[in-house]
Amino acid sequence: MLCTICKEKPATVHLTQIVGDKMQKLDLCEDCAKTKGINDPTSFGLADLDLVLGLGASQQLEQAAGGVELKCPRCGFTQADFKKSGRLGCAECYVTFAEGLAGLLKTMHKGTRHIGKAPEALRANRENADKLKTLQAKLAKAIKDEKYEQAAQVRDEIKKLTGRPTPANLAL
Amino acid sequence: MNLHEFLVSPAETAQRHGPHDRIVMSSRVRLARNVRDAAFPGWAKKPERVKILEMIRPAVESLPEMKGAFSEAMDNLGALDKQILVERHLISREHAAKSSGSGLVLNREESFCVMINEEDHLRMQALRPGLQLRQAWGAIDHLDSELEKKLDYAFDNELGYLTACPTNLGTGIRVSAMLHLPGLVLGEQINPIIQSVNKLGLAVRGLYGEGTEALGNVFQVSNQMTLGETETTIVERLEKVLAQIIEHEENARQTLLEKKPKVVFNHIGRAYGILANAHSISSKETMNLLSLMRLGVDMGLFPGAERSLVDELFILTQPAHLQKQFSDKLSAEERDLLRADMVRERLKNVSRPVVKPPSAAN
Repeated sequence: MLCTICKEKPATVHLTQIVGDKMQKLDLCEDCAKTKGINDPTSFGLADLDLVLGLGASQQLEQAAGGVELKCPRCGFTQADFKKSGRLGCAECYVTFAEGLAGLLKTMHKGTRHIGKAPEALRANRENADKLKTLQAKLAKAIKDEKYEQAAQVRDEIKKLTGRPTPANLAL
Repeated sequence: MNLHEFLVSPAETAQRHGPHDRIVMSSRVRLARNVRDAAFPGWAKKPERVKILEMIRPAVESLPEMKGAFSEAMDNLGALDKQILVERHLISREHAAKSSGSGLVLNREESFCVMINEEDHLRMQALRPGLQLRQAWGAIDHLDSELEKKLDYAFDNELGYLTACPTNLGTGIRVSAMLHLPGLVLGEQINPIIQSVNKLGLAVRGLYGEGTEALGNVFQVSNQMTLGETETTIVERLEKVLAQIIEHEENARQTLLEKKPKVVFNHIGRAYGILANAHSISSKETMNLLSLMRLGVDMGLFPGAERSLVDELFILTQPAHLQKQFSDKLSAEERDLLRADMVRERLKNVSRPVVKPPSAAN
């Protein structure tokens, strides 16, 4: 097995970390481990290493791209740039690199969905979108459980919210 | 505008008080924001950064909170001024390294400081003395709401406010407090405390933030996670943890006085001895000894001396502040001599510590 970082020397330092039910592995050669300051594996988590190197993240990005290097169409930022700096190029990069970032965000944060403040102008929209999502889930469940009376009620609520008739695939 | 004339004097700064300020030196909440349709500062070319600065700076200046503010492009600030801003904890070291295309807007009370084109287009912070996280959040939340009417923020329904580094994504919030913890350090309890704070997903850093050592027994505690929780939840968690740290620090001080009074008196007496008599002293040694003197004042071992005397010296003896008082460029050795002169002079009227604290102490 070759070292994850230099991909030249054999990997002799193996790190495994379990976060929740997900296992992450990192295989390094002795030199790379030393230069990255990994002498005492108990003192840090792989997530920290991700932050320092952007390594796990760039690997995830690479896998998501199927080996082809992704490039942001808006600003020209590449995953190699991310690996170097640990930062993204522009807001659009979050769309470009979405697939690879998803795993990283999960290890980094409490959740993967923003539930805090939103700009006033978008707030009403956002609340409606949230409500709609909940209602649609409720509707699907009601149909599945064959609670048609309840389903009709939810459908009416959706209608009121969107001002439009329910999409055909959800209609009763 | 001259920065030096604008800044609140160290004497006045040291007089500012807030809740629990014998342990919590200051509270800060910062928000990271970016405008839509522009590369983040680290990736944008210089002309684009300049354009963004020219768009954001007037918007920030026009806020009512920023009336009479100090507003400047970073390339118009000298290295010394930038270092002074770092020593006052008004800008990050990263921002001090910026020049053209970056800027700074600081209000008169130094309660709001906005960095433009640091890691993100906007890094706005509210600062308060003592433990006032909730107030700082309220203040910066309001400023942000005013600013969003003038600027088009990069915001995503799922991911929230989009930031250059994924670690700030979502709320873009960093809630932090600067703590003076000499009791926990002397009582050798600081490491387990740091570890348990880390386990709660909070970071503990040194005096000047990321990657710096805890000079003067000063630690910064802040949240790390920014996505998947509301700002209020994050502020409340910090408040809870800080309340516990404060209690541990108070207990540690009490225990030290009860169980090892000689150790405490020895540390504080020696600190006073050196500070009041040295003829050459480094910035680092000064901070560490001033920390012990501050503890002595808190414990009532220096009757008549105010904590603000120590806090003022804490600011004044840092390298850039010291340099600013002299017109000639000083070497580190020269600074050490002048620093010692200044500290001796300031401590002239402070008597050596009493051995038994008066019962009225605290």
